[in-house]
Amino acid sequence: MKSRLVARPDNMSGNSSADGPQDSQIVVPGENLGKSGEYEAGHGVVITNDTLLATKNGKLIIKNNVLTIEPIHTTYFPRPSDLVIGYVEGCTNNIWFIDIGAPFNAILPMSLGPSKASFGSTRQVLDIGESILCRVQEVEETHSSVVTMKGMGLRKINTGSVDEIDPHLVSYLSGNGKDLLREMKENSDCRIIIADNGRVWVDGEVSGIINARNQFKDLTQNYRLIEDGGNI
Amino acid sequence: MGGYGDIQMIDENGLRVDGRNATQVRPITIETGVIPVADGSCRMTWGTNDVIVAVYGPMEAHPRKIQRQDRAVLDVRYNMAPFSTSDRIRPGFNRRSREISKVTADALESVVLLEMYPRSKIRVEIEVLCAEAGTRCVGLTAASVALADAGIPMTDMVVSVASGKVNDVVVCDLNKEEDNYGEADLPMGVLPNSGELVFLQMDGDLSPEEFQTAWDYNIQAAYDIHKIMVDALKTGGAN
Repeated sequence: MKSRLVARPDNMSGNSSADGPQDSQIVVPGENLGKSGEYEAGHGVVITNDTLLATKNGKLIIKNNVLTIEPIHTTYFPRPSDLVIGYVEGCTNNIWFIDIGAPFNAILPMSLGPSKASFGSTRQVLDIGESILCRVQEVEETHSSVVTMKGMGLRKINTGSVDEIDPHLVSYLSGNGKDLLREMKENSDCRIIIADNGRVWVDGEVSGIINARNQFKDLTQNYRLIEDGGNI
Repeated sequence: MGGYGDIQMIDENGLRVDGRNATQVRPITIETGVIPVADGSCRMTWGTNDVIVAVYGPMEAHPRKIQRQDRAVLDVRYNMAPFSTSDRIRPGFNRRSREISKVTADALESVVLLEMYPRSKIRVEIEVLCAEAGTRCVGLTAASVALADAGIPMTDMVVSVASGKVNDVVVCDLNKEEDNYGEADLPMGVLPNSGELVFLQMDGDLSPEEFQTAWDYNIQAAYDIHKIMVDALKTGGAN
């Protein structure tokens, strides 16, 4: 639908940009973040009529004069070299289709598979429903991606449990929350691998797995509290 | 509409049947994240209206013939639950729900950055649990909040509100009696930050002056409702 201008009341949303954007403030789509000359637009920010506008609901990060929004909720989009946990969704004679939690399934060609497979025997190597730890090798402009299992530590997941957390929590756990992750590993006595697509592989004793899963559940529920500076 | 013009719905003090004045909006509450399995969700109560919206995606668009190579497809489905009104509604799509789904999708397409997700689909499910009047406005407003909650990039949020004419007086945000027995209804969808109009329908007759008054009421109400939406997204719920 073509839109047309009907009214342009100043400061209609009540979000004054007079004070300028502030680090760590929560922003919503359409929020005015100031003039484009002062800052550059990063992830989640667009420039319209020389004005910086937030396009996502999340925390505003100001770093090196670039405004970036760390979304509160987001869908995973693959990037080359991402470590991901995928589920085998289907296969042909020489390709596996892997669900990596992105809008489009990734493909795993036989040449990048876990072991040598002859043409037509893909299901004997990786069957439908199995979980794998793999790495994103290539992402096309149309968001189609190719994953590989050639690399150190990349394997089929036969033991433990795979859980899911929001993808934005991954950056938190690999940054400020690193100590929290170490604490989780110590408490549960489990091996925990957090993939970039928000899937978590927990391997160890059953009691430890339950413990770790409960901790991830708490973390997901209390993330907003952490954002506000509290502890869980 | 307009079939019972002799029914008095505004008293001599300008108060309406539910005690509001001409410019007042019914009480609104918005809560986000009400459906854990959805990528984004919102529950909005507006007077007696109760609407839940769930957003899923972006996901691969199926069947493939609906895919667009340069952008995502917005798949909006508006539905009224059979128990949402005093007369049971036959389940499933009907002419009215198809129309509202289409106008809602058209309004949202002007703010969602669909070109960021080629070949994908974003599914918006609007379910009306309790209907009083103005459910299309509630559905559109709640869908904007749910899309923002899902992390879908948007240049603004659509706020929708309706004004109309009752006993020859223009009033904002019609309730059930005013909607049924009033003379006109003007629902609008406004982008509060840019001040653009993305949705407008009109039922009944309004003079140019009445139209301008209804327009002004809608713009002012959109400004107030937008504050509640922002609060809900920043805190998870608002009154």
